[in-house]
Amino acid sequence: MKNRIEVGKPVGIEVSIAQSEVVAQCDVDVIAAYPITPQTHIVEHLAEIVADGDLDAAFIPVESEHSAMSACVGSSAVGARTFTATCSQGLALMHEILYIASGLRLPIVMSCVNRALSAPINIWGDQSDIMAERDTGWVQIFTENGQEVVDQTICAFRIAEDRRVMLPVIVNLDGFSMSHVIEPIRFYDTKQVRGFVGVYQPPLRLDPAQPMMFGPVGIPEIYTEAKKANDVALIESRQVIEEVWAAFAREFGNAYRALETYRTDDAEYLLLTVGGMSETASVAIDALREQGVKVGQVKLRLWRPFPHDDLAALLGKARGVFVFDRCLSTAGPGGPVASEVKTSLYNLRERPLVVGFIGGLGGRDVTVQQFADMVHKGIGYVAAGAAPVYEMVGVRE
Amino acid sequence: MNETGYGIFAARMLPKDEPFVQGHRACQGCIPALMLRQITKAIGRDLIVCSATGCMEIISSPYPFNAWGVPWIHVAFENAAAVASGVEEGIEVLRRKGRFYTGRKPAVLALGGDGGTMDIGLQALSGALERGTDFVYVCYDNEAYMNTGIQRSSGTPMGASTSTSPAGRVSTGQVTWKKNLAEIGVAHNIPYVATACPSYPFDLMAKVKKAVEVKGPALLHVFAPCPTGWRCDANSGIKLGRLAVESGLFPLFEVVDGQHKISLDPATMRKSSQDPIGEIAGYLFQQGRFRHLKGRDELIQAIQERVRLEWQKLKAKTER
Repeated sequence: MKNRIEVGKPVGIEVSIAQSEVVAQCDVDVIAAYPITPQTHIVEHLAEIVADGDLDAAFIPVESEHSAMSACVGSSAVGARTFTATCSQGLALMHEILYIASGLRLPIVMSCVNRALSAPINIWGDQSDIMAERDTGWVQIFTENGQEVVDQTICAFRIAEDRRVMLPVIVNLDGFSMSHVIEPIRFYDTKQVRGFVGVYQPPLRLDPAQPMMFGPVGIPEIYTEAKKANDVALIESRQVIEEVWAAFAREFGNAYRALETYRTDDAEYLLLTVGGMSETASVAIDALREQGVKVGQVKLRLWRPFPHDDLAALLGKARGVFVFDRCLSTAGPGGPVASEVKTSLYNLRERPLVVGFIGGLGGRDVTVQQFADMVHKGIGYVAAGAAPVYEMVGVRE
Repeated sequence: MNETGYGIFAARMLPKDEPFVQGHRACQGCIPALMLRQITKAIGRDLIVCSATGCMEIISSPYPFNAWGVPWIHVAFENAAAVASGVEEGIEVLRRKGRFYTGRKPAVLALGGDGGTMDIGLQALSGALERGTDFVYVCYDNEAYMNTGIQRSSGTPMGASTSTSPAGRVSTGQVTWKKNLAEIGVAHNIPYVATACPSYPFDLMAKVKKAVEVKGPALLHVFAPCPTGWRCDANSGIKLGRLAVESGLFPLFEVVDGQHKISLDPATMRKSSQDPIGEIAGYLFQQGRFRHLKGRDELIQAIQERVRLEWQKLKAKTER
């Protein structure tokens, strides 16, 4: 079990490559994948690791993402630790099977390299793809840099395969601006990683010695109960997620929370971001603080199960919350993140004004200045006591 | 079992074990359900079944009931072959790592109807065949989407009236020819392709066994009459299967490593000297789905010609 990569100190490595290396460290048994930009480097590199004999796994080069997730369901159902990666149109093609993977309680781990959805066709980053899969019953985690991708991928296997969870997990990272960027990443000893994730012991599997049925018909008398059981499992996974993150911090040093905060002490206004652009937004927070604006930042890491109570506790006392979405809910109630944040706050006796901004679509850059402008604009809305349902930023008109 | 597999059928000659049990919810006279009994008897219990959505999935798995004595998984409609790929490759790697399935490797069977195979599942099937998945794919072809109410598929034969290809004042029902699934399988250069029909149980079971034994993908196209959807008597399924085979409408053959071999030549089955190929009237008019073809002699003749042409093409392949 020698290390393929230098461990213990930061090495410069492309984030996609780093994620494949750590998937191999987790000793996956089956990878079923179909290429789609910008996910390709992850699966290409995994194919290489398998081809070099450094990972004893089946690499199933399927003919579509639909079949990728279908094969993942099959291999997970026989008790194999299973990984795949996709994004955008590929994720949309998998949509049907995502519900089935969680409904059958199969601990598949998937990397989603967030990318825009057609039309127009666009290979660059935003979060439209994953937002369309909110309700599929998967644990969904966001990351904002390469180190987080590596760490959360390790955590994902342990969360998914915990007997109290037994649900699939998606680790999200931004297309290109994270996936194709070389970052300093600290790897861990392979033996230590394998010890942390353990060997997958499926509670149930397709076994002729003990025949059982996966995926029977759920008649109206049973369907509601089955969905309720799924809901409870996903809600209760939160405790395990916290446990795994705590264990990870003890073992490897980096600590994670469902909501990460930045300069929120004494903040009257909060900017809420998700994913890789959070780091750009943090730079804007620094600049605004220097100007004396009492603004802090909340970064949403855990998307499902949704951390309602944490959000209410953290945001409820602010005067204004400015939510930045990289997904347009066309003619809807605002960006998906903003509308869910509003839901979390609505029943509070006193609540901040929530302002939704939508931008960064299809790889459009969002600058430090634009984040600062959003905050200023948001403060103006708070002063006026009203805001539009949502507004798009950086649109050339 | 006699040498050819087409001789006298005696139930006592079959294995007694019933891995697919009674109590399921198939219609009276369901031939696909009978096929499942024959298939599971042939393979035994060292088997994992990956079922597409469809009649055989619905009737065998209404939770909390289960007609399967073997492990069974249903995921969706179009992906039985892809699920089977994951199952098979997962088993292979777990065996290699010494974790599970360390004894004899179980057979992996994917199961889909004509719609689940020839229409919506064709891509997943092609992918699994091309990748060399070591499994058996069985298409039980009852020639329409029976589970949803007899809608046409690409397996529906010319002239059949279905709920989406209805015979009407200006329509004679289905206007396209049945997709040739077996030859699609052959075009993938897989080691074993066969057609079968539960009216010939020993032939079907022998082919299932061969399909399991072959290393790599095997495709079985099974002609499986559906009395409900074909609008015929519940006790007529076996007879209709025989008439389809004996008229050349659904020839029984195998393709082993690309070499075609006819399993049953209708000419040897009939006492009359007349060429039985294309003698389809007796077959057609026992079924309500073809009732409107009475008096449509041109169309019947076109179907007959097509049957004869396809038979000749098949014969020519065996003589190569």
